[in-house]
Amino acid sequence: MTDPILPLLAGVVAALFALGLFAAIAPGRAMRIVPLASAGLCAFAAVLAAIGLLAGGRMQTLDIPLGLPGTAMRLGLDGLSGFFLLLLFAVATAASLYAHEPHGTEDRHALACFPVFIGAMALALIAGDGFSLVFGFELMALASWATVLARHEEAGVGDAALLYIGMVVFAAVCLIAAFALLAPPDAAIVSGLRFAAIRAAMPPEGWRAGLVLALVLFGAGSQAGLAPLHVWLPLAHPAAPSHVSALMSGAMTKVALYVIIRVLFDLCGPAQPLWWGVPLILMGAASAVLGALRANTEADIKAVLAASTVENVGLIAIGIGVAMIARAADLPSLAALALGGAMLHAANHGVFKTLLFLCAGAAQHGGGSRVLARLGGLIHRMPVTTACVLVGSLGLAALPPGSGFASAWMLLQSVLAGPRIGGLALQILFAITAALMAMAAALAAAAAVRLIGVGFLGRPRTPRVAAAEEAGPMARRAMIGLAIASCLLGLLPGPVLRLAGPALRVLAGSSVADRAGTLVVAPGTGLPGYAAPAIAVILGLALAATLLVLRRFTRPGHRRGPAWACGFAAAPPWLPFGDPLTQYGGASFSQPLRRALGTSLLHAREQIDMPRPGETRPAGFSVTLRDPAAVYVFAPLGRLHGVIANLADRMQPLTIRRALGVMFAALVLFLAVIALLEAI
Amino acid sequence: MIGTALDILTGLAAEILHLALMLAVAPLLIGCIRTLKARLLGRIGPPVMQPWRDLIRLARKQPVLAENASFLFAAAPAIGFAATLAAAALVPSFALGMSTAAVSDLLVIAGLLALGRCTLALAGMDVGTAFGGIGASREMTFAVFAEPALILVIFTLMLLAGTTNLDGVAGVLREGSVGLRASLGLAMIAMLAVALSENARIPVDDPATHLELSMGREAMVLEYSGRDLALIEGTAALKLLLWFTLIGTVFFPFALATPDAGLLAWPLGIVAWAAKTAVLAIALACFETAVARMRMFRVPEFLGIALLFGLLAAVFLFVNAGFATGGG
Repeated sequence: MTDPILPLLAGVVAALFALGLFAAIAPGRAMRIVPLASAGLCAFAAVLAAIGLLAGGRMQTLDIPLGLPGTAMRLGLDGLSGFFLLLLFAVATAASLYAHEPHGTEDRHALACFPVFIGAMALALIAGDGFSLVFGFELMALASWATVLARHEEAGVGDAALLYIGMVVFAAVCLIAAFALLAPPDAAIVSGLRFAAIRAAMPPEGWRAGLVLALVLFGAGSQAGLAPLHVWLPLAHPAAPSHVSALMSGAMTKVALYVIIRVLFDLCGPAQPLWWGVPLILMGAASAVLGALRANTEADIKAVLAASTVENVGLIAIGIGVAMIARAADLPSLAALALGGAMLHAANHGVFKTLLFLCAGAAQHGGGSRVLARLGGLIHRMPVTTACVLVGSLGLAALPPGSGFASAWMLLQSVLAGPRIGGLALQILFAITAALMAMAAALAAAAAVRLIGVGFLGRPRTPRVAAAEEAGPMARRAMIGLAIASCLLGLLPGPVLRLAGPALRVLAGSSVADRAGTLVVAPGTGLPGYAAPAIAVILGLALAATLLVLRRFTRPGHRRGPAWACGFAAAPPWLPFGDPLTQYGGASFSQPLRRALGTSLLHAREQIDMPRPGETRPAGFSVTLRDPAAVYVFAPLGRLHGVIANLADRMQPLTIRRALGVMFAALVLFLAVIALLEAI
Repeated sequence: MIGTALDILTGLAAEILHLALMLAVAPLLIGCIRTLKARLLGRIGPPVMQPWRDLIRLARKQPVLAENASFLFAAAPAIGFAATLAAAALVPSFALGMSTAAVSDLLVIAGLLALGRCTLALAGMDVGTAFGGIGASREMTFAVFAEPALILVIFTLMLLAGTTNLDGVAGVLREGSVGLRASLGLAMIAMLAVALSENARIPVDDPATHLELSMGREAMVLEYSGRDLALIEGTAALKLLLWFTLIGTVFFPFALATPDAGLLAWPLGIVAWAAKTAVLAIALACFETAVARMRMFRVPEFLGIALLFGLLAAVFLFVNAGFATGGG
């Protein structure tokens, strides 16, 4: 009897595509059922993926008579794809529920793309050959690009969409080339792209291996937001509607990381050199610090979250890199610790970042803006949303006993254990990486405090936000569900790691059964580890004891009075909440960090325009920030593009005779190259 | 069976005694440092018991909350205190093998302290006054530079002991079989600098300042009064003692009672702990009297030096291990 899980999952993907088509043509009223139908399909698929993982994550394949002419499309499911599928469908269920809110269904264009986007991500995850993987990956990127473009009339969105489509095409070029290099040279085109055939063939060596590494890191890494290709991410992710942004940050970056793990860990075989992990660690560490720093300087709450996604993707990439080095050095236990930490962090980040984006969407809808300088005081008007933001931020700031801490703990443990591999250069790399990870974590904590403190606490900065309304019932359900999931992930990292067990056994060559107890996660057999429930209990006991002593020995209750602040003047009648400028805002909160770190890392420059005494014009202050990747990578590329466009422009005024001549010459050149290649 | 039950009971007793001692001594420590500093400056200074009296006086008073303070503001002092207390429960003072020994991870301790810091920073932002924001911003900024230095100290300890579990680290260092002491010395300097920053002491911050604009942590909690303020003062005192204990346990692990030494080793352990704490308190008082407070933007440089020392500690170990294996 064949296992029904993979066919059913393929059916869900097909149904999601059909749902997108339905949303595009259905009459207005029927369109409203699309989010709920999508949520139902995703919940069903999440259960399927969980059953597959619990049953041991056996490898299964399925051929579908679609795809490239003359051959079937191969789908596959194993422990690795099952783990990421479970994450994808779990967060997609919540995002779909959130989309049921009236403001989620008003835009038909974005709504039609949404199920297609989820289906395409799932297709990339259940792909069993290079063609379906790249097809799903590109469809996913295009669907999310289309939702970004749906709001093209807003300022800045057009540029973001243009940059994004460039990255999408770049990723396609890189991945197609990578699979071309991986396919066994003597096989037929399509059967050779099947993962089984690639695994059976000789693993790439020498320059081919290096090229595959570079192509995959640039292709999939650009979609994941790894530095230096992260520049588009804090622009494009916030531009989409919130439930789509949530999936872009929470799930799409994970699909890209899945592709990195799938190709570099699985398809390239275990016998790769030691240095293979080093580029991943370098890119990861750079992403972690730059992303976390930018999360402190962005003015838009969704851009803050998107920048923090860059940071978390960096942390996961560090884990993958350490795992690759450890596997090459034949330390399967360390490899499993690092890869397990990376997968756990992917799951944790997927959940808490989806939660935070949904909350940001609720704050934007309720408070009328997503710019920090126009928010404030939401905790009084939107208590449920604020509570959910607090839970999500516990993960964002990697604080115990939240979800981000357990996986950050495992990743740090793997880096701290890294020097066992040996080699002075590598050891120093690990020491610096550990310091940068700690700095990224502290920066993320500062960003979380800034996000909540400026956006949700304090006094309202505009009348609109003073009258904010709590999120709708469906959105609240989605956020509360994700908040509970995030708490459970934080308290029980062991069981989640066991779900990753089948993948770790295959990829890292070591089981996690001995270190992923129900209660404790330990770096190795017999070593003391991190026991999240125990820490939660100690914390709870300490809190209970504190409250008990307070209740027993101190006077209960409190009085209310005006704020002190060394003589805080009563608010004038025309400014009922006081002058918003007397509060600390987003820019002032991050000013010390901007000066201390931003000056060197982000080219932060301050311009102060101080009128002389007697002049009546206002004083001015402005800050410019430039991401180094934008300055050193994207700007030269843009200039190169201009040069090429100018060259191509010369072809424009050719006469038809000359144009035909150029085409003929190109054809001859092309044939000559083919003939030469044949001769070799 | 009886043996394990006895072990559990001993561990629990050690834990309770440890926490009781920490809570009782923490305000006394603040009092001692204040008196010492006053004496060094030629003043008589307040009695040593003054912080305890202040705490009791504050605890009797009802707090006044700002009109727009949220539930977070009211809950933050208790959460911050609980996080620090939980961290204090994990740091062994006089005996190893307390009941929390298995979970006393250094990274977890750092995480719990960060939890307390973030909670109070959020509370500082809650009322929407400028001083609260200034304090919260500075507090979070200093942590960005302190945490990498701290992680490099933990890195060095991990290299020496093979674990980040504090009980395990102290056990290994107590045996004295650790070869290179220079690394430990460098790591200790880094740790001391981090401790000064984490506890808002001179030269990073001045706990005694009365000028709001120059305040760091004090500005953050400016809105608090009554029993809430008592909790916050208690948190600060407990945190200082926690750091002293942490430094004493890791870098001067002598006379720590081991689980198999029995109850008789406890008095010696307690005396040794008191002595280590006293030495650190005297050192802190002398240092604070001798050194001026830094400008705010010099602090990253100060902590950058700590980071450098931490890195050097790790590199010394690498090079040493390289010579050891390369020669053989």
